[in-house]
Amino acid sequence: MTLTGKLWAGIGALIALSPLGLILPDHFKAGSAWGEWGTDEIQKMSGYVPQGLQKVSELWKAPMPDYAFQGWESRGLVHLSLAYVISAVAGIAVISGLTYIIGKKLTRGDE
Amino acid sequence: MHIPDGYLSPASCGVMGAVMIPIWTFASKAVRKTLSVRQVPFLAIGAAFSFVIMMFNVPIPGGSTGHAVGGALVAILLGPWAACIAVTVALVIQALLFGDGGITSIGANCFNMAFVLPFVSYYVYKLISSDSPAGSKRRIFAAGTGAYAGICVAALFAGIEFGLQPLLFHTADGQALYCPYGLNIAVPAMVGEHLLIFGWVEAFVTALVLKFLQKQGSLFGEGGQP
Repeated sequence: MTLTGKLWAGIGALIALSPLGLILPDHFKAGSAWGEWGTDEIQKMSGYVPQGLQKVSELWKAPMPDYAFQGWESRGLVHLSLAYVISAVAGIAVISGLTYIIGKKLTRGDE
Repeated sequence: MHIPDGYLSPASCGVMGAVMIPIWTFASKAVRKTLSVRQVPFLAIGAAFSFVIMMFNVPIPGGSTGHAVGGALVAILLGPWAACIAVTVALVIQALLFGDGGITSIGANCFNMAFVLPFVSYYVYKLISSDSPAGSKRRIFAAGTGAYAGICVAALFAGIEFGLQPLLFHTADGQALYCPYGLNIAVPAMVGEHLLIFGWVEAFVTALVLKFLQKQGSLFGEGGQP
């Protein structure tokens, strides 16, 4: 196998294992990353939701929020894991494709 | 470390975006000079690696979560400017498609994770590895140390960006308008959890992949061409 092939196989393994990034925090009752709380969590923690934060936080609605499908928040870990893997595949397709195009454009004219 | 929308004031976001524009411009120029056509597939894999490794949230039991960024590895193998571009693409798509990190805070997030992290990692790696042979253990140690330093310094910057908000932007009666936690809380929280846990994750994955590439006899940025 070529080196690129081996590295892509490694990425494939990481995609398959990615639900661990969902299951382990759930198992160990770990919450959001520091500074990445939702407005409901901020309300609980500091007793109010900062006015500016409230406004700006509603600016963008991502098509797959938190690497899940919209409305899947209350589904179980099995469904969420599936959505997580699909998100990983979709994200990698877009990101590696885009990076490849940018790389090709920047190195155009070499060799 | 993905600052969401609303935690930084629009002015702070403007400043961070303005800081990133010349960095991105220079990155494209530098990559044009240093990256070879044959390295482009590795740049694409590097961006994919950065994205997927960020999905591995590592829990602090009963506390928060965090993750590696993968930017150190790309910086060591393909150079810090190439890493800047690869991680930027990953961060922009994360924000747009998955709402991980804000749209308004893309400049700040790219500054921390696509600029500070790869550059600190790269220069610490260079400093420690010096002229040691490509297959040496010293390079693995240098890579791990560089990765650890890079993500911790990036976390320090994120902590400062968060922590300045209540100081600069508040209502007349002192209520914060954006991130409610000041430097005294944000900096120790961000730096502390990366020093204790997430820094080691970045160090470990970086060293592990470098070890694998050493065995393959190819450190493409380092040992010449892939």
